[in-house]
Amino acid sequence: MRARAFFARDKVPWGVHPHDHKRPAADVATRTLPLPERLYVPLQQHIGAPARPVVMAGKKVYKGQLIAEAQGPTSAAVHAPTSGRVHAIGEITAPHPSGLAMTAIIIESDGEDEWIDSSPCRDPFALPPEEIATRIAAAGIVGLGGATFPAALKLASAHKAKIHTLILNGCECEPYLSCDDRLMRDAADEIVAGIRLMMRATGAQQALIGIEENKPEAIAAMRAATHHSPAVEVRVVPARYPMGSEKHLFSMLMGREIPADCRTTDLGALVHNVGTAHAVYQAICAGHPLVERLLTVHGAAVAHPGNLWVPIGALVSDVFAFAGLLGEPARLVMGGPMMGVQLPHMQVPVIKGTSGLLALSAEEIGSTSPSSCIRCASCVRACPVGLLPLEMAARIKAGKLTAAVDFGLKDCLACGCCTFVCPAHIPLVHYFLHAKNELAARARTELRLEATKRLAAARKERLEREAKEKAEAAARRKAERMAQKAALHRSSEEATV
Amino acid sequence: MIVAIVSLTLLGLALGFALGFAAKRFAVAQDAGLAAIEALMPGTNCGQCGYAGCAGAAAAIARAEAPPTICPPGGKALVEALAKRLGFSVDVASLTEPDPKIASVDEEICIGCCRCLKVCPTDAIIGAPKQIHNVLREACTGCAQCLDRCPTEAIKMTPIPLTLQHWVWPKPVLNGTLGVMS
Repeated sequence: MRARAFFARDKVPWGVHPHDHKRPAADVATRTLPLPERLYVPLQQHIGAPARPVVMAGKKVYKGQLIAEAQGPTSAAVHAPTSGRVHAIGEITAPHPSGLAMTAIIIESDGEDEWIDSSPCRDPFALPPEEIATRIAAAGIVGLGGATFPAALKLASAHKAKIHTLILNGCECEPYLSCDDRLMRDAADEIVAGIRLMMRATGAQQALIGIEENKPEAIAAMRAATHHSPAVEVRVVPARYPMGSEKHLFSMLMGREIPADCRTTDLGALVHNVGTAHAVYQAICAGHPLVERLLTVHGAAVAHPGNLWVPIGALVSDVFAFAGLLGEPARLVMGGPMMGVQLPHMQVPVIKGTSGLLALSAEEIGSTSPSSCIRCASCVRACPVGLLPLEMAARIKAGKLTAAVDFGLKDCLACGCCTFVCPAHIPLVHYFLHAKNELAARARTELRLEATKRLAAARKERLEREAKEKAEAAARRKAERMAQKAALHRSSEEATV
Repeated sequence: MIVAIVSLTLLGLALGFALGFAAKRFAVAQDAGLAAIEALMPGTNCGQCGYAGCAGAAAAIARAEAPPTICPPGGKALVEALAKRLGFSVDVASLTEPDPKIASVDEEICIGCCRCLKVCPTDAIIGAPKQIHNVLREACTGCAQCLDRCPTEAIKMTPIPLTLQHWVWPKPVLNGTLGVMS
């Protein structure tokens, strides 16, 4: 088994293999964060439009109560993570590289942690597929792997596309993170129940759970839990970053590569994270919306690393206060070290997509000063999508963004493999992120210009129409006046006769 | 009388034919390039460039009297389109756009005079006589034509706030010839 996995890794022609740093944090028993006094629940924790608040300041809320409803087709509902009073609807620093503020509902906890009347479903497998998707949407579930795309939308579109396979992502290829590993060890049965519900919602006939080989305990737990479900199968995949990318996991499990402009649903498979499956189980079987999540607290600056159940909206400072800090961390990261977001400070809330909080020491980061590219092509070998990062970066550096697009910039996952291996420490992935954002901004400007042209034309048309109508009205009035005059004339003539 | 009618008719006909001939013979072809440039412009005739509308600006750009960057509503996208059309190269990344601004109406001062909405080139201001006016954020181009029309100075140009969706990762800054990060 071990030998096979070893050879399998050799066969993976892409990606990198950083030291995973997952243990000992992964082996520490799961803990629960003590309830903070205040929770800052952002309205935008998902891809799409921000949710619209449905509570006012001063209102009493219960745990699991809807506090902001989904707005528009791509959006997700937000629920109160504990019982208490809505203190305000204010602003808090977003867990985003910009460090800009975002709107959040601030809830003052009353310490009771009292659930709203939830309606657990006695026979969830009798629910029709649409009803399962509706309940998942109502529970505000988003992809917990980090992409935070509303889960119900994904399930509904997969149902429409008539997929045959549901792929569960238990790879957790990011170093340091072990929350999915821990969840699979602790709640394997619940995850499998969630998987079966998702299979019902999508109409998939089989489910494959992809787990990296470096998690033997999770593999054993999931194998035991799937023993009685022949349609659900655990597949061990080589530990290689970024195995958790949905396209790469699909290729690994299905033996097919995905064309650049295709999604996995086009090829009959839907990829979801195991954490999402657990949230689905909680939502349908227990009636509990997504108000807390398991996350990894790790890094050399953390005194007691491990996995914690944290309510959504808890501040990063609350989490680190509980886990303990050994001195001042050199860098704070939300998510994994490869694709995570560097935080400006600790007054940032935990959101649905927060898989980990890292407090890294200076030794872990290392000091890197970029030098010139030596064209060694290490990045080319590492790139999991087969791009030429050095060529793209050179063009972006020269401001030729469209030339970088010709080299396949749009297919870049921003996984950071190229930056990880670059011996010259060139911040390659930052160039790509910059270029992607800049291109999106230009596309927006272009759309705006188009809209302006349309509006200007509409105004011109309106002015012409109004002038015409005015002229017509004047002509009509004149005709009426003439007719009136003629009638008057005639009647006076008749009177004289 | 007949002599006068006939002579004037003949004169008219002769001059008419002469003019018609001249119009055909000495016609100046409408510059197709100019029309193409004009089509790229926003078409709002807002006058921020200082020329008489978009046609004037297009002509000035075509004669190379004005830089391709004079159109604030067009922004970088227009500069790029012009560069493509006119075949010059421009480092778009180095251009700094002034912070985009849009008009906003102070509800407490607005008297509902309707003067501003008559000049708006994109019909971005809604209002009626003696009703407080308002600006449609999506439609406003920030041309500031309405600014001087307001008798009570209720209109202000406010910068568009930067949101998470519009934020752009800054380009990595490298230091000079060595390519070493500063």
